[in-house]
Amino acid sequence: MSSVLHDAQGPRAKRRNIVFTVVFLAVFAALLWWVFGTLTDKGQLRWVLWKPFFTGTEAWSTYIWPGLQNTLEAAVLAVVIALPLGAVLGIARLSDHRWVRVPAAIVVEFFRSIPVLVLMIFGLALFAEYTGVSSDDRPLYAVVTGLVLYNASVLAEIVRSGILALPKGQAEGAMAIGLRKGQVMRLILLPQAVTAMLPGIVSQLVVILKDTALGGAVLTFPELLASANTMSGYYGANVIAGYTVVAAIYIALNFSLATFASWLERRLRRGKKSTGAVLRADDVETADAGAAGKV
Amino acid sequence: MFDFLQDYDLAGAVWTTVQLAVLSAVGSLIWGTMLAAMRVGPVPLMRAFGTAYVNIVRNIPLTVIILFASLGLNQTLGVTLGAGGDFKTINFRLAVLGLILYTSSFVCEALRSGINTVPVGQAEAARALGLGFGQVLRLVVLPQAFRSSVIPLANVLIALIKNTTVAAAIGVAETALLMKEMIENEAQLLLIAAVIALVFVVLTLPTGLILGWVGKKVAVKR
Repeated sequence: MSSVLHDAQGPRAKRRNIVFTVVFLAVFAALLWWVFGTLTDKGQLRWVLWKPFFTGTEAWSTYIWPGLQNTLEAAVLAVVIALPLGAVLGIARLSDHRWVRVPAAIVVEFFRSIPVLVLMIFGLALFAEYTGVSSDDRPLYAVVTGLVLYNASVLAEIVRSGILALPKGQAEGAMAIGLRKGQVMRLILLPQAVTAMLPGIVSQLVVILKDTALGGAVLTFPELLASANTMSGYYGANVIAGYTVVAAIYIALNFSLATFASWLERRLRRGKKSTGAVLRADDVETADAGAAGKV
Repeated sequence: MFDFLQDYDLAGAVWTTVQLAVLSAVGSLIWGTMLAAMRVGPVPLMRAFGTAYVNIVRNIPLTVIILFASLGLNQTLGVTLGAGGDFKTINFRLAVLGLILYTSSFVCEALRSGINTVPVGQAEAARALGLGFGQVLRLVVLPQAFRSSVIPLANVLIALIKNTTVAAAIGVAETALLMKEMIENEAQLLLIAAVIALVFVVLTLPTGLILGWVGKKVAVKR
């Protein structure tokens, strides 16, 4: 194996590796031992606390599945609304007219620099004060509003950098054969940019899915994380067990989305159908020195 | 118009946000660098650990991590992080711990992406000149890697500043929690939102602009 950092290893390096491995294993084992010891001390490994998740379907059908449904509902609604909004904002930022470009840029930069949680709290109060949305629906509305405002502006940046990543010759060629600005965008740039943007959009889904948990923790939105808290009340303080199961579900969902995104990226890079560069799945932000990372 | 602000400790809340951000930034830079070293190092077991850590932690919502730190680590397992019985301090420290554990996985990826921008030929040429591993790292690879890590790291820092609001979920008295409190007690919703928004715009926009400018300036032109 040869990489930037190390060459193929000789006998001395191999011996050193063994030493490192042993030391690392020792530290790791000590850590595991401590975790295991603490869990046993506090009685957290008792089967009673874990049983609801492994025997019978009650915990899944009463708590986890409805919570997961709410999580997915909020995430899907947010994506469906944020995508077109983001596309419009992204294209507006590339407009030739200053009076379109500048306001779009201000809106995008503003909402990208404010935490989603602040937008959600604001949304909740806004719906309570100025609309007739019932108090049961308000948390969902607020979560979706917060997610849409933030993610539309992030998606706008993805769209913009997707279009900017196309070779200049594409727009120039299209204008040379007499297409109008709108036609250039609609017929030439967008179709190619969409393929380039797909990995970025899919990995933004991970961010949206993770942010729905804020609704459960702060806005009383009954989603997956909130279901863990309800369960710990019902099954007798099995916080550790409940959170482990919920975290495993989040990991499974997000890991498959992230893997899909990087598979998509590799595939799009390999198939040379589009002329444009394919944006990387994990950070679109390197394309411009913009603000928010995908954290 | 702004007299309602007198009843609240806005400066204190913003200061808590800044403290959360700075402490977590330092902590996650240290732990993230160690993770990156494991992920790119030659020892297979450590590489596997680094990869597993990043893939697991990155895919758990920060909210879950921070709530678990409070409900699981503190209330169930009795971890107090040396803060005795003072709930405010305990929750603050738990929030910092959660932010560090979460953010370090992104720091690791930012550093790794910096190392990946260095072409293999650079290291091969250095080895061909007879430089040893330490020299290759110190003189050729890391100077280039650090310079192209600035922009990804800046993005992580900005996201971290915004993520400190999640500490509101365990009752740390930072800016988002203050906003919630103000909205519950006062009538000027739009004004409150504008003030809080301004706080975060002031915290994040200059950081992004300055570090973005520095990052472009130091980036290795290829």
